[in-house]
Amino acid sequence: MATIYIDNVPYEVKPGKNLLEACLTLGINLPYFCWHPAMGSVGACRQCAVKVFKDEDDTKGRLIMSCMEPVRDNIRLSVDEPEAKEFREHVIEWLMTNHPHDCAVCDEGGSCHLQDMTVMTGHNYRRYEYKKRTYQNQYLGPFLNHEMNRCIQCYRCVRFYKDYAGGHDLDVFAAHNHVYFGRHENGVLENEFSGNLAEVCPTGVFTDKTLKQHYTRKWDLTMAPSVCQHCSLGCNISAGERYGSLRQITSRYNGEVNGYFICDRGRFGYEFVNSPARIRKALVRTHLPEAVTKDVALQEIWGELRQARIIGIGSPRASLESNFALKALVGEENFHVGESENDHDLVDLSLKILQDTPARVISMREAESADAVFILGEDLTNTAPMLALFVRQSVRQKPLEQVVQASIPLWQDAAARELVQDQTGPLFIASIAATKLDEVATAICHASPDAIARLGFSVASLISQQSPAVLHLLEEEQAMAHQISQALLAAKKPLIISGCSSGSEAVLKAAANIAAALAEKNGGTGIMLTVPECNSLGLAMLGGHKLESAFEAIQNNYADAVIILENNLYRVADKSVVENFLAKAKQVIVLDHLHQATTDKATIVLPAGTFAEADGTLVNNEGRAQRFYQVYPNPEDIQESWRWLIQIGKALRNPSLTNWENLDDITAALAEADQQFKGLEAVAPPAGFRIAGQKIPRESHRYSGRTAMLANHNVSEPKPPEDPDAPLSFTMEGYRGQPPSSIIPFFWSPGWNSMQSVHKYQEEVGGHLRHGDPGVRLINQPGASFHYYAEVPEDFKPLHHHLFLVPLYHIFGSEELSIISPGIAERAPDPYVAICTEDARAFQLEAGKVLEFAVNKQIFRLPVKINDDITKGTAGLPLGLPGVPYEEIPAWAQIFKQETTWKHQPQIIS
Amino acid sequence: MFSILRSMGLTFLHAFHKRDTIQYPEEKAKLFPRWRGRIVLTRDPDMGERCVGCYLCAAACPVDCISLQATEDETGRRYPEFFRINFSRCIFCGFCEEACPTYAIQLIPDFEMAEYNRQNLVYEKKDLLIDSQGKYPGYNYYKVAGMAIGGKGKGEAINENPPVDVKSLIP
Repeated sequence: MATIYIDNVPYEVKPGKNLLEACLTLGINLPYFCWHPAMGSVGACRQCAVKVFKDEDDTKGRLIMSCMEPVRDNIRLSVDEPEAKEFREHVIEWLMTNHPHDCAVCDEGGSCHLQDMTVMTGHNYRRYEYKKRTYQNQYLGPFLNHEMNRCIQCYRCVRFYKDYAGGHDLDVFAAHNHVYFGRHENGVLENEFSGNLAEVCPTGVFTDKTLKQHYTRKWDLTMAPSVCQHCSLGCNISAGERYGSLRQITSRYNGEVNGYFICDRGRFGYEFVNSPARIRKALVRTHLPEAVTKDVALQEIWGELRQARIIGIGSPRASLESNFALKALVGEENFHVGESENDHDLVDLSLKILQDTPARVISMREAESADAVFILGEDLTNTAPMLALFVRQSVRQKPLEQVVQASIPLWQDAAARELVQDQTGPLFIASIAATKLDEVATAICHASPDAIARLGFSVASLISQQSPAVLHLLEEEQAMAHQISQALLAAKKPLIISGCSSGSEAVLKAAANIAAALAEKNGGTGIMLTVPECNSLGLAMLGGHKLESAFEAIQNNYADAVIILENNLYRVADKSVVENFLAKAKQVIVLDHLHQATTDKATIVLPAGTFAEADGTLVNNEGRAQRFYQVYPNPEDIQESWRWLIQIGKALRNPSLTNWENLDDITAALAEADQQFKGLEAVAPPAGFRIAGQKIPRESHRYSGRTAMLANHNVSEPKPPEDPDAPLSFTMEGYRGQPPSSIIPFFWSPGWNSMQSVHKYQEEVGGHLRHGDPGVRLINQPGASFHYYAEVPEDFKPLHHHLFLVPLYHIFGSEELSIISPGIAERAPDPYVAICTEDARAFQLEAGKVLEFAVNKQIFRLPVKINDDITKGTAGLPLGLPGVPYEEIPAWAQIFKQETTWKHQPQIIS
Repeated sequence: MFSILRSMGLTFLHAFHKRDTIQYPEEKAKLFPRWRGRIVLTRDPDMGERCVGCYLCAAACPVDCISLQATEDETGRRYPEFFRINFSRCIFCGFCEEACPTYAIQLIPDFEMAEYNRQNLVYEKKDLLIDSQGKYPGYNYYKVAGMAIGGKGKGEAINENPPVDVKSLIP
């Protein structure tokens, strides 16, 4: 520890940081713009100036930029020195000369770093009387709004977009006093993390366009801590509501999971909550009208299910509590997981690997510090986007060693990047098709899942003799395997990433073998596996029968009624099978958020709360259980799925459910029933948790309109709604200090209204949240025993008149719920099937022409997209995209002969 | 005894003083322009709505009786989709007027808004919006703001340079 003197007061601080970080960690308010904890310092804005003195006797001192000066022992500095204060005030006055008079119509207002810093420096009167500079704005796509007049040239946007997120289509143009931050022409910002610009920009140049469509100031939002539902990573988010609709998603810092950022699917995919397709009333198909009250629906269910043999189908996108409530309601032997057979096997295998592996199952943010990464079969940008962002940072680890050797602190971003140039550390990607990370990879290999697995197995066998050797490997594959194994062995913290998206067990097994082989030699070895949905791993831990056995139970008359929890069966099983199943079942009760194909066939539909209207726990891909909280009181009859199930259980007098009242009861029962879930209660404080006798308010102390927002219905204000499930209140009354990290509804601190206030909640800037980051790891490490997988697959061989269908994914489009959001739908591609040029020529096809093929009797007709990264003999099918029906793939597709067009033309007989 | 007579005398003299009581409603009270009475939403000199839906009045309101929703027309001009004041809660403090950056919300010298039914004290935008500039004639927020709206492009506001030509090479 180093001692520094700030205004003659000694403080103990960590060496290696810069003075700005040290001051902020100590709680001293020092204004800044260009520095960002995730991106380091460049000293561009000159806002964080402080005075540094030579020694005790030095009274004159010199001005320095605190973000550019490392902490030295016994350094004496002053934040309050009059000259330093005046300097900072002048800097902001200059920055403000061209800033427009826009705050009233600016979406950033109220959560604006520039506003905060202007107030902090005391600049409150504009003396500049001359003309202001103006710019034309650009169209940047459905997610971001551009208002270039407001720019203060801090360069944070391009540093994030280009340097951090690896984007190519945002840059700075022109020169001197009229630099321009934007694209080279109007158009959609392509990077998958562009939404973070709204948070990174200290002012309102880039703002959330979806928020603008129902604009609300930050102080007016009712916010709750939540967890993103759109992939398995479990990024932490804050969700904000106003007037009964969800308005905005912002990232919620978690030092172990997502850090400062979230992806665009997580940020902009929320609008399905406000969709007109929402189920808002219970529907009983035999009634007229179908929409009925809660009591009538429960009465009906009681009548129908009293005598029935019920089975339940759970869901990987429903909370642990909902799934467990269903399992308790129907009984363990009647509970089926609502996943496709392939996904079920893959997720079970993933869980087993995570439990057994001797390697460390690392948290997402640790991926950033890995110095060699091998990705098997995953297109991370599209299946687990935030992990791709961290992997992109990890390729800098190796080159950054030179920076350390040159005695340059790592936070000296400009200097470090200058030294590193475009060198990258070892990153190897074996994937089905090209991925966005390929551009920073050391070596890439595009192959079929089996070939990827073979490469993986051969890497593992090169590292450890215990892993089975691979026979008949091509020379170039051998060379690559050798290169990968050498790089992984040389690394201090190698990381193996794989997952379920290639649809192949062999790929997962290969990854497990490599991780285990490396872990024999290096305790720092990490493994990360991605799974299909936000609670896939939780459902796998909970356990249940395969979906197929549910179909069989109804077909063979072992059961009469089925309760389907938050699931669209048409997305997880073959259409004809599902159709038969739903027709055969006497009662089909579906609990879901949105009208979809399965709810259309249901006899009773119950409106289930989305993440914004329900509380629950999700288990992410590393086995971290995280709690999401209801954002606003349930409108109409919408309630949590588990609450519906408890009510059904009570109506049916089911003994295990009768004592449950709230969320805590279910989690306690779950933790008791299953050893794996021990410690689940520690995920978040119980509903009875109070600080100084008070709940934590979801609303800010500035929340407005309480006595007017409902006055059009009735001038007498209703009693504020109560929340029996959470230690959070739906009002602005409550404890105003810092709550425990897992129940922080929003980040705010006096004088820090923007997202930058997060440093007030951290132990040290950029580190863990105070009292530990949210979430409890349910997978105990290290694993008990690992046995190397021995089944190396055969090499892939193309079949005549057939193509091997492999799954492809899209960040915008493949996920079930986010695609309902208009912005995401706009970015989603049209359905297609991807084949390579050679195959296209063989089948006499060109781009755009329709390819007709059959898989397991299902016939597909999809336009062809030529993609030369696809291996010959395989074809990529974008799973989950609207218009692409479900099929169990990877599988062989039989290609129908393409009839030449002249046959269809009418023959002209002259 | 004397004090009683003196008091009676003084009271009697008051009969000839100028009356403080006025015969309301036949006679109207004299109210000054800055008197804080009924709240209105005014229009700018071009007769466009002045309110831009910035929510500052609602945030400033100590009794939280203002609620609104901002929206935008197709040209980017902001206006409130709804604007509601619950006058049964309003304390006529005038904070909303002070907070308003566009002079849209103003308190005017009128207090005759009593109702028998409390529900009728909930005013919507149609009850609040008047066809006048109110106390501050001449001010037009969009003429000084940097945002482009219909009829005012970038660089056309007061004290603005024309938009920068990003492709220019001139130093």
